Amino acid sequence: MKLTGSQIVAEVLLDHGVDTVFGYPGGTALNIFDELYKYSDRIHHVLTAHEQGAAHAADGYARATGKTGVVFATSGPGATNLVTGIATAFMDSIPMVAITANVPDNLIGRDAFQEISITGVTMPITKHNFFVNRIEDLEHALREAFRIANSGRKGPVLVDITKDVTADAIEYSSKAPYELTKNPQPDGQTVKKIAEMINEAQRPVIYFGGGVAASEASAELVKLLDKADIPATYTLMAAGVVGYDNPHSLGLLGMHGTYTANRAVSKADLVIALGARFSDRVALNPAAFAKNAKRVQVDIDKSEINKNVTVDVSAVCDVKDFLNMLLPSIKETKHEAWNEEIRSWKDKEKIVNYEGEGASLLHPYDIITHTCDLTDKDTIYVTDVGQHQIWAAQYVKHQKTKRFITSGGLGTMGFGYGAAIGAQLGNPDKRVIHFTGDGSFHMNLNEACTAVSNNLPIITIILDNQVLGMVYQWQTIFYGKRYSNTTPERKTDFVKLAQAFGAEGYRATTPEEFDEAMKKALQAEGPVWIDCMISREERVLPMIPGGKTVEDIIID
Amino acid sequence: MYKPLKKEIVSVLVVNQANVLTRVVSMFGRRGFNIDSLTVSATNDPNLSRITIVFSATEQSMQQIITQTEKLEVVKDVFLLNRENSLYRELLLIKVNAGESERTGIKEIVDIYRGKIVDLSRGSMIIELTGTPEKLDGFLDVMESYDITEVCRTGITGIETHR
Repeated sequence: MKLTGSQIVAEVLLDHGVDTVFGYPGGTALNIFDELYKYSDRIHHVLTAHEQGAAHAADGYARATGKTGVVFATSGPGATNLVTGIATAFMDSIPMVAITANVPDNLIGRDAFQEISITGVTMPITKHNFFVNRIEDLEHALREAFRIANSGRKGPVLVDITKDVTADAIEYSSKAPYELTKNPQPDGQTVKKIAEMINEAQRPVIYFGGGVAASEASAELVKLLDKADIPATYTLMAAGVVGYDNPHSLGLLGMHGTYTANRAVSKADLVIALGARFSDRVALNPAAFAKNAKRVQVDIDKSEINKNVTVDVSAVCDVKDFLNMLLPSIKETKHEAWNEEIRSWKDKEKIVNYEGEGASLLHPYDIITHTCDLTDKDTIYVTDVGQHQIWAAQYVKHQKTKRFITSGGLGTMGFGYGAAIGAQLGNPDKRVIHFTGDGSFHMNLNEACTAVSNNLPIITIILDNQVLGMVYQWQTIFYGKRYSNTTPERKTDFVKLAQAFGAEGYRATTPEEFDEAMKKALQAEGPVWIDCMISREERVLPMIPGGKTVEDIIID
Repeated sequence: MYKPLKKEIVSVLVVNQANVLTRVVSMFGRRGFNIDSLTVSATNDPNLSRITIVFSATEQSMQQIITQTEKLEVVKDVFLLNRENSLYRELLLIKVNAGESERTGIKEIVDIYRGKIVDLSRGSMIIELTGTPEKLDGFLDVMESYDITEVCRTGITGIETHR
């Protein structure tokens, strides 16, 4: 049967099991949106306030469900507004398909109204992109987009379609999605060698990252930790992969990681990186990272091997395949002396609440732990970027993989609300908590209208210190308290603003007020904001300054 | 640890479609890989083009260049040409200011290098030379005593004698 380009877009989505998409209409996208209207019984298009919010929503949807996030935008500014969202997904390897409309092919290259070469703009921040100006190429491009986004190391793909193609018609019949590119299989000899290294190590440490979450290898990882009695530390992208109360867990690694985790890596004789890329926030000084250890790296992306830190042995494969092949060769063992030594460092771990001049009655630690105590194990915690993000990563009682959603690689302030909307729409039965700061929230709080229109019971918890806290903290420590542009003196009343959007708003200045507000929020039908007044002097600790090592860690 | 830079030649087979060169080259740019020379040419398969690139790189950065290039969707194959069993050629065109008195001397050099004088005017000549990059370097070195006004080199193309 002959279908128009716009119908083909909708049909390919259906062939890939897509039932929820995010976006914003516009002139060149009119044909596509006309078709979305007709398909609205099968494809739920969620209109956001801004295309950036839509891109973050598609991303949050993908992170929380494991499915592909799909976002639509019109040409020109619609497309460029997606850029930060696409880049966020790219840096964290999240499968996303962005579909943009462009001006008709006869206007391409003439600086037409709302014309931009979005394929040119997004080349560095997509796995691949397509410019489709012939109806014959459309179906293949869309199917390829889903295949590429989900194959190997996942990531965003953009398909830009000229308006004339959205109206042209061609023969189309429904078919199954293209098969994903096969993952490279772990090499038996290498796996055997790594097993021997693990069996012989006296002071092994596992360092795991987002790759373990992406390959859904939590259970296999925990088996390895138990069997070989190995302590493990993780990156921001892997928070939740191993439960917070797992006895092997040393907590976060790197700049704001625990003293124990950083010390363990520096003293280890074997460090095994699983689905992690030795980023500058973890291997702050790559030459000194795990310098006493044999280093092993397992990653699906060959280009990550030896990129930041050189390793002795590497395996290019999916982490789950690797662990399944490895586990039978691992000897059951106990590293008592090593674990004992590690335990002896734990007295260095402490919660530092600011108690000096101008102290608040409400501390970040209270806010986050009370939130966890008042919500169930399946709760999805979404963050923005800054101090609150790291506090959340440190203090949330992580239980499961895909339940902590944060912009790790790009560090996108303004990510949170859109992502929370996506996470909630993908998980209508689960509680979604959005931790934010007053700085991040000001960036994209306009998405409140989306949360209200869709009646989403997202609870936004604002850790409100009236400053741009993370930069403020750096200025306090490294820039002689010269607070350049981090104390904005804003007068925003978040309670009234929430109400103005049609949401509920509460303010909390004490733990008791916070608990009370949370209890009301948990009963609410729609979105709620809780403005939590904290001191601007609260700091994210521990902290290792950029380029330094655990020797330079600031603990209090 | 200091590692000396080595010149390496990488052959990249890419899908012959719009923007493919931009995709490859912009990736080198954003990852800070420096290109010494680059040529793009047709292959016997009309769907594929060959990009031949010369880099100065350490072993680790070479590995990065190859693996990052392999990741691009448009790239079908990437391989490092093995110097021992590969042939390289490059084409050189130079313009030299030369009057009657210099012609004989220049012609002698051109003949020794098996080049060709492809254009001649009263005050200048254009010379064409094909060969390995080292041969071209040698020729330019000998010619330095003359007044060279323009140099154009195509960059290397290379092929392995057996794989």
